[in-house]
Parts: sequence; structure tokens; C-alpha cells
Amino acid sequence: MNSSPLVALAGYFALLSLFAVGGANAAIPEMHRVAVEAMHWMSDRQFADMFAIAQVSPGPNVIIVTLIGYHVAGLAGAAVATAAMCGPTCVLAFVVARTWDRFKEARWRMAVQAGLVPVSLGLIGASCFVLARAADHTAVAGLLTAATALVAFATRINPLFLFAAGAVLGLTGWL
Amino acid sequence: MSDSVSPAPAALRPSLSELFLAFVQVSLSGFGGALPWARRMIVDKRGWMTAEEFNEVFALSQFLPGPNVINFSVVFGQRFGGAAGAAVALAGLLGPPLIIVMVLAVLYDRYGDLAALTRILAGVAAAAAGLLIAVVAKMAAPLFRKGLHWAPLVAILAFIGVALMHWPLPWVFVALAPLSIALAWVRP
Repeated sequence: MNSSPLVALAGYFALLSLFAVGGANAAIPEMHRVAVEAMHWMSDRQFADMFAIAQVSPGPNVIIVTLIGYHVAGLAGAAVATAAMCGPTCVLAFVVARTWDRFKEARWRMAVQAGLVPVSLGLIGASCFVLARAADHTAVAGLLTAATALVAFATRINPLFLFAAGAVLGLTGWL
Repeated sequence: MSDSVSPAPAALRPSLSELFLAFVQVSLSGFGGALPWARRMIVDKRGWMTAEEFNEVFALSQFLPGPNVINFSVVFGQRFGGAAGAAVALAGLLGPPLIIVMVLAVLYDRYGDLAALTRILAGVAAAAAGLLIAVVAKMAAPLFRKGLHWAPLVAILAFIGVALMHWPLPWVFVALAPLSIALAWVRP
């Protein structure tokens, strides 16, 4: 097997993970930029599909990385991409967890914590934009996105019902 | 060294196998993000942490880079069982979803071009985008309620840089994060 896609996946996701403040969802636009626009690993549609699959699967959202890795380089790609996205930050989390309590009242700690919130908010907002553009090719799809956002914002409905509604609308050819 | 690690004050301390099984359960019940389920398990059902302790660990995992709930499992696991605890919690959280998503990946690879599946995924993808918009709106509400403040401005700049200008995330981050932290230092 050609090893260069594996090296690219490992280096790319390891780097990305360190800037993904706000979680996997904050890194969606960057994954999209690289996987679709720069590396041409997949189409816009395929990227939206993978996000959808990652959302309907149980567990952390980060498994979209596993799907991208699998798409690029099979099982080895899935393993490498997942390990690269989780490994460095796990080590960091482990180290920080052992010392964090010492700085509980430190002013710099509060500044760092408060300063990063708006950055991650903007990044996740950008994810919405990228995902809606990749997923909404018709006006009805756009309406479905807007309606889902409204319902999810105003109620505490289980997201699975919203996914199911989307699936039914899609299957019956409304989109 | 180890006395710098605060001992878990809650009376109940999970064993390694309890830790593993708890995170397996969290991973399998969490759709659209696993953290709310982690809270239910750890605070409400098992009493391993008080709500306050949970919030602290939660804040730390959000502030660290990388997947939040993964960070959470590592921080939580290390608090109760050191390196072994962290490894066990992480394995429990990531193992079952990985197996499931690999099956889905193989199916998608084989049947992704099927017209019916394409249509279903188009609907789910549109709904999934809407769900994320709702999450952002809930996060943004308290921030934008501050009125004239630097925080909403930073969020808007990050959005413009990544969504509209298509700049690489590391650049946007390196430009904005220090600025934002400095502003938080000067006027919290």
C-alpha cells in the first residue's frame, strides 16, 4: 500500500487536533477545506454524508475523522486518522489534568478560559455555514435545516427524531 | 508528586472495570454529543462527582484543544485511576462507537451510490446542519447579551476568517486566540 496518504493523514490530523478548541465540530471547516478543496479526497456531498453518518452514530462527534480516514486509506487510514486526532490532545489533557487544580484561582487561567470561548464559538459557527452549504442543494433542504435549527433551539426534543424526520423527507423525494 | 493531585472527595470511587463500563454506556447512549450523558451517569446515577466538580472537569475539557468528550474521559479517568484510569475511560468511550462507525463506513463505501441511501443521507445531513446551528445559537445567546463587548466581535472575526475567507484554522487561531486572551485579561 502506498504509505504517503497515511503520513498525510497522521500529520494533518495531529496538527489539526491541537487547534481544535471547541471540539471536533470547531474543526469541521478546516477538515472540509483540506479534504474537499485542497486534497480532493472527496466531494462536497460525500463530506456532508460523512458528517450525517457521524451524527447518527452513537458516541463522540470526532468519529467523522475515522470516516474520512477510512475513505482515504481504508482501515489503516481510519486507525491512523483517529489516533492522530485523539493522541496528542489526550496526552495534553492527561498532563494538564494533573496540574490544573494548582492554578484554579490564577488570573491567567481565567483569562485563557474566557478568551477561548468566543474563538471556539466563531469556529463552530463557521462549521454550521460550511455544513449547510454542503448539505442544502435545494430550497426545501434549506428550509429543513432552518426548521430543525428552530425546533432544536426552542425544545428539548431528542435529536434522533429530527434526524428521522430528515431521513423520511429525503427518502420520499422532497429534497 | 502525587499529593498535588487532588483526591476525589466524593465518597464513591469507581474501580477500573466500573469506569470502563460506565464510559461504554455513555458512548452508546450519546447521540449528537456524549457529554450530557456523561453528566447523567457520573453525577445523577453513580454519584462519583458532585455537580460542581463535574462542571470544573467539564470546563477544563472544553478549554483544552481536541474533542471535548475525549478530553473529559481522560481528565476524569486520571483523577480516579491515574494513567490506567485514563486509558480505560478512553477505551470505553471510543471503542464501541469506532466499531459501529467502521461498519457504517464499509456499508457507505459499498452502497453510498444507491439512490435511496443518497436521498436519506441528504435529509439527515440537512437536519444535522440545523442541529448544529441550534447548538451555536444556545452558546452564543449569553455572549451576545453582553452588548458592546469584545467577545462577540472575536467570534464574528473567527467566523469570517474560517467560513468566508477560507483561511486555514491554525492561522486564524494563532491570530485571534492571543488577542482574545489578552482582551479577557484586560477587561474580563
